[in-house]
Amino acid sequence: MSDLHTVNKSPFEKNSLDTCLKLSKAGSSILLLEDGVYGAMAGTSVAGLVTSALADRKVYALGPDLKARGLDESRMIDGVEVVDYAGFVDLAESNDKVQAWV
Amino acid sequence: MSETKNFMFLNRRAPYGTIYAWESLEVVLISAAFEQNVSLMFADDGVYQLVKGSDPSEIGMKNFTPTYRTLGDYEVRHMYVDKASLEARGLTADDLIQVEWEDWETEESVDNIVEVVDSAQAAELLDASDVVFSF
Repeated sequence: MSDLHTVNKSPFEKNSLDTCLKLSKAGSSILLLEDGVYGAMAGTSVAGLVTSALADRKVYALGPDLKARGLDESRMIDGVEVVDYAGFVDLAESNDKVQAWV
Repeated sequence: MSETKNFMFLNRRAPYGTIYAWESLEVVLISAAFEQNVSLMFADDGVYQLVKGSDPSEIGMKNFTPTYRTLGDYEVRHMYVDKASLEARGLTADDLIQVEWEDWETEESVDNIVEVVDSAQAAELLDASDVVFSF
């Protein structure tokens, strides 16, 4: 079993995503939500961080937050998966605990 | 009546995650109503405020992108976007909404007042403003 890490801050404004990726273990899941979903997009200055993390962790983005911000799923980093609110609950339930990187 | 000043609203926060973007828009509308010369500058995560296609219906918030489109009608004449901020986020001018402006008296019109500027231009524009409001 492993942990679910949530990141709800923009990676350009706070270092929450950066620290989450440094301090989370292989096999854990990372869910980007609220302003955190900006970290899921390809072609940004932080995309390399997320791509590296995908080698040994799962990365998810919350669909309603992408949609709210006009972010097209087709322009996300390859390997990032979109989940809805029910998927968020499933992730919370299937992991040992949820750690929020606020 | 007091003199007209050049107001610059500097927007550096993403929409929806915090209330800054919406609050800025409220003050912009108030300032325009008081007949000040109002310009907007979008930098850092503020550039996300102008990304087109937003639909916050599933997060229970009001979609305020259409309000930016009406700013031309409130005599906001300039909306500047920092080029480096767009590039860091993998965005181009094509990803942004367009805002039309028209002077009802002279019928002079501009198709799109959203203008991408480089850092040197942004610095000049901020320096030339009488007041800069930060959001």
